[in-house]
Amino acid sequence: MKTSFWLAGAAALLFSSTAFAGDTIKIGFVSTFSGPTAVIGNDMRNSFELALDHLGRKMDGKPVEVIYEDDQQKPDVGKQKTEKLVQSDKVDFIVGYIWSNVLLASLKTAVDSQTFLISANAGPSQLAGELCSPYVFSTSWQNDQTPAAMGLYMNQKGVKSVFLIGPNYAAGKDMLAGVKSTFKGQVVGEEYTVWPSQLDFSAELSKARASGAESIFVFYPGAAGVQFLNQYAQAGLKEKMPLYTAFTVDELSLPLQKDNAIGVPGAQEWVNDLPNEQNKTFVADYRKKYTGLRPTYYGAQAYDAAQLINSAVVAVKGDTSKKDAMKAEMEKANFKSLRGAFKFGNNHIPIQSFYLQDVVKDADGQLSLKTVATIVENDQDRFHDKCPMK
Amino acid sequence: MLLVVEQFLNGLQFGLLLFLLAAGLTLVFGIMDLVNLAHGSLYMMGAYFAATFVAWTGSFVLGAVMALGATLLLGVVLEFMALRHLYGRDHLDHVLATFGLILFFNEAVRLIWGPAGLALPLPSWLAFPVTILPGIQYPAYRLAIIVVALLVALLLYLGVMRTRIGMLIRAGASNREMIGALGINIKLLYTLVFGLGAALAGLAGLMQAPILTVQIGMGENILILAFVVIVIGGIGSIRGAFIAAIMIGLIDTMGRAFLPNLLRQVLNSASASTAAPALSSMLIYLLMAIVLVARPEGLFPANRR
Repeated sequence: MKTSFWLAGAAALLFSSTAFAGDTIKIGFVSTFSGPTAVIGNDMRNSFELALDHLGRKMDGKPVEVIYEDDQQKPDVGKQKTEKLVQSDKVDFIVGYIWSNVLLASLKTAVDSQTFLISANAGPSQLAGELCSPYVFSTSWQNDQTPAAMGLYMNQKGVKSVFLIGPNYAAGKDMLAGVKSTFKGQVVGEEYTVWPSQLDFSAELSKARASGAESIFVFYPGAAGVQFLNQYAQAGLKEKMPLYTAFTVDELSLPLQKDNAIGVPGAQEWVNDLPNEQNKTFVADYRKKYTGLRPTYYGAQAYDAAQLINSAVVAVKGDTSKKDAMKAEMEKANFKSLRGAFKFGNNHIPIQSFYLQDVVKDADGQLSLKTVATIVENDQDRFHDKCPMK
Repeated sequence: MLLVVEQFLNGLQFGLLLFLLAAGLTLVFGIMDLVNLAHGSLYMMGAYFAATFVAWTGSFVLGAVMALGATLLLGVVLEFMALRHLYGRDHLDHVLATFGLILFFNEAVRLIWGPAGLALPLPSWLAFPVTILPGIQYPAYRLAIIVVALLVALLLYLGVMRTRIGMLIRAGASNREMIGALGINIKLLYTLVFGLGAALAGLAGLMQAPILTVQIGMGENILILAFVVIVIGGIGSIRGAFIAAIMIGLIDTMGRAFLPNLLRQVLNSASASTAAPALSSMLIYLLMAIVLVARPEGLFPANRR
């Protein structure tokens, strides 16, 4: 018994010392892998793994080791997992973060240790403004950008008034503020629901109907989007108050939303049918590798994060101690993004185009998302002035 | 004014759904002295069974009835195989074992149905709004939930108050040892009660399924509320569960509906809309705290006359 214990200890030491030698690129990946929103985390992991396959599972000739950690959609757990990755695994990069509140809780740990953090989804306004950091990049967007694009589309459609509903956490507040920043009509009412536990929106839908607004805007990512659309349709509002959305209809929720999602527009920076070459390869290979599944924007952003890291590692010839050089390289966004070329702003948030997406039946008779129009080109978030980095 | 009526219905519907879940929980807790955290899993299983059977038979009602039977059977099997061995042991043992069951059911569902969840679409004869008063439209399906739940509550009341089995159940809730001593087959009674509780949880789950999504862990949030209901209502009391559930449903819904506007009178708009959801979800626990201080046994304790 005792000998085996010591042997195990010696083996562990041996392993950890090889890891310190720096001949692998270590990446920590924090996302949600349990609970109702685990499907999102799985999609991000699938796409990240696919990106590594495309890179030959090596960056500048060095093997890549990814450590996946489950944040359980809880800020405190996300922070613990980030601390573990930074302090005990000593990773070179941390990627992931679906939820803005989880990212905000984890941010300080990564920044203080000067570990590069690449957000593949969450884009809280604080991150783009006062909390921006040389060590933090985003391959997604700042939360306000997508709903702001939706607000522009609603102006184009001549919508006069809207009722806003969203979850009561960092991203929900950003999203509703985003619509308000561009929408020129009247905002009749604004409701926040308890997140993530509240799944019944009957009280909010009743208020929306009573408000007399012409339309409704919502932000409900994951399963909550399915529940909202169900209840919206059952309340008979579909014919009366058109729905405008951000991050509510995607390839994960569509199979459950079914016909309820038809005719519900959304805004997005990536849609599966964007015509660039790398995107065609990505979508085709994803559907080949993970039969029965379709990639989402969450996955596309995770894929881009892997490519961004690769560009930095290649630029410093695998020497991940050269942080300044890696930062300088990443600021160039010198990789083939699935959304097409984009530039980083001073706050390391993409300056990019947003598209209008619609739900259609595709060639297989399945519901899928389709790009209808470009709403806005080269859009920069409205918080970059507050970021001290120039 | 019309909005108040509509929100009242929303609250009533939510409360009645909570009642279905809490009724089973309070019976099991009150009569068998068993803390069953896996009650939420039975709710989830009811929803999964319904989604499967409805897709299989093509009929909503038939699928729902089959799902109800399946959950009842599952409850009986569960009692026979696992929970029977826990009677008379410490509450902490119950919590540990039934928490294990939650994990078991979540994993089992993941293996059988996959991680992505299922949809249970409504039949077209329920998926429309009806005009109940001039100016008030209400989803037909939510009305159906109110009607079904009230019927079940009535049946449960008659069953518990007017039948022999009901008498035994009430006797069991008042004094467990005594009815055993009087020669009642307590084992059979326990299995029956647990099966009944499971069926009620399954009914709540399958009725909630078309409104929400059928997904892993769907019973866990609502289970907390169900525990609050039985604490407020008094453990073992169906009547207490009924009144407490409707109170909670109304407080939750009315709080969410009207608190933001009230707070806007005193706070600025931004902080009011942030504080209101948090405050309205606290109201329920505030009520529980007050009840615990004023009447620690709940509003209608079963073992006191």
